[in-house]
Amino acid sequence: METIDISRLKSGEVNLGTSIMAVQFNDGVVVGADSRTTTGSYIANRVTDKLTHVHDRIYCCRSGSAADTQAIADYVHYYLQLYAQMHGERPPVHTAASVFDKFCYENKDALSAGIIVAGWDKEAGPSVYNIPLGGGLFRQPWAIGGSGSTYVYGYCDATYQEGWGRDETVEFVKNKRRLKSCPSALALAMSRDGSSGGVIRMCVITEDGVERLFVPGNELPKFWEGKEVLGLPLNKKSSDEPVPMAVEA
Amino acid sequence: MTSIGTGYDLSASTYSPDGRIFQVEYANKAVENSGTVIGLRVKDGVVLAVEKIIHSKLLVPEANRRIQTVDKHIGLASSGLLADGRHIANRARDEAASLLSMWRSPPTVQALVDRVGLYVQAYTLYSSVRPFGCSTIIGGVDKTGPALFIIEPSGVSYGFHGAAVGKGRQLAKTELEKLKLSELSTREAVFEIARIIYLVHDDAKEKDFELELSWIGDETGGLHLPVPKDLYDEASRKAKESLENFE
Repeated sequence: METIDISRLKSGEVNLGTSIMAVQFNDGVVVGADSRTTTGSYIANRVTDKLTHVHDRIYCCRSGSAADTQAIADYVHYYLQLYAQMHGERPPVHTAASVFDKFCYENKDALSAGIIVAGWDKEAGPSVYNIPLGGGLFRQPWAIGGSGSTYVYGYCDATYQEGWGRDETVEFVKNKRRLKSCPSALALAMSRDGSSGGVIRMCVITEDGVERLFVPGNELPKFWEGKEVLGLPLNKKSSDEPVPMAVEA
Repeated sequence: MTSIGTGYDLSASTYSPDGRIFQVEYANKAVENSGTVIGLRVKDGVVLAVEKIIHSKLLVPEANRRIQTVDKHIGLASSGLLADGRHIANRARDEAASLLSMWRSPPTVQALVDRVGLYVQAYTLYSSVRPFGCSTIIGGVDKTGPALFIIEPSGVSYGFHGAAVGKGRQLAKTELEKLKLSELSTREAVFEIARIIYLVHDDAKEKDFELELSWIGDETGGLHLPVPKDLYDEASRKAKESLENFE
């Protein structure tokens, strides 16, 4: 029997090699993504915006095929406008995520798309939904996705805490200290994952609106990146004693 | 031509010179001659009641129901041509299922009524069809709370706190206006609605009737269900009692 590899791209297809994430906090959600788009080893776009608006208070983070995920996001955007007209109010995040899931599940053989949907609505408040490769709808307090996410699951599990407030979280974002979960997790993923990189884009979605945040590539939080060993003069007693690794503060 | 009217009433696709569509008005006549149907939107739910005229004593009790379920949380009661009412209920079920599969959450009553209204209106446009000879009361409890609507043969729909259509609607409406609907519970509303159905039924003119009762609300866990037998019997008994006192 022939098996279908749904995760494989056509040769030359543009890929969102990607690190994406969304985190729910008390009054809203923070969504974030790296900015690298590749065709094979070539970076087709180093400042991509993978955070896509689908309604006033709902964004999605796209990973997988750029063409597929853009097309799905366009359809969902259309559906959500239809919903708003029919019901006279903004669609709930659950509805938006359900529409994404419908497309992803019903066309699973043709698509390569892993999407995180997040936003704010008046019924549920802030919420985050994960829609993995073949479809399926999972509500989570936080979600990470894309090829880079595998490197930071442990970090996110260890760092995430319930009950972060908006001010706390925004402070966190601005200082790049407290909202460590977002820029740090993404920066960590981007430093390890060859298909992720560039800049960090973030959105803070609350009842009041959407705030866009940006971390340039040269201001990314830095972590241990190893140190130069080769080319150093071979000192007298190089294998003297074990020395602790140098780690930046 | 004069002996058979002006000719403006032969099709739903023709206006009269003063802008009316007679076929739609005739459809309303079919409703006005039918048994009374009442809906109450109260504090914690919706109650529907029908005065079903029994044409023959040979009929099986509870046959030809005029109250139907459209979705788990939405009920429909129709007044006028029964077969048309069934057709609309069928369409409403399809619309509810379509809305559910499209948005993956239980449809709001308003959204459903909008869709069914479009369908009913389409039957006022063509010479090849006649408008529906029934007014439909749709009630339910959704994420916005209790909701109650009437869809007329023209396709227009209105939201109501208390709705009445059919032969006894005028008297029923004056009774409805005396109630404090937003303070009533569904249980209390069952008694009121049964009383009003018995009150508007004209013993002298009409044959026997059967009372149909259904409700949706906290009492039913948000489901559209027939009123339980013990409550139904109690409501009927009290309704008859109040009628004796009234006269």
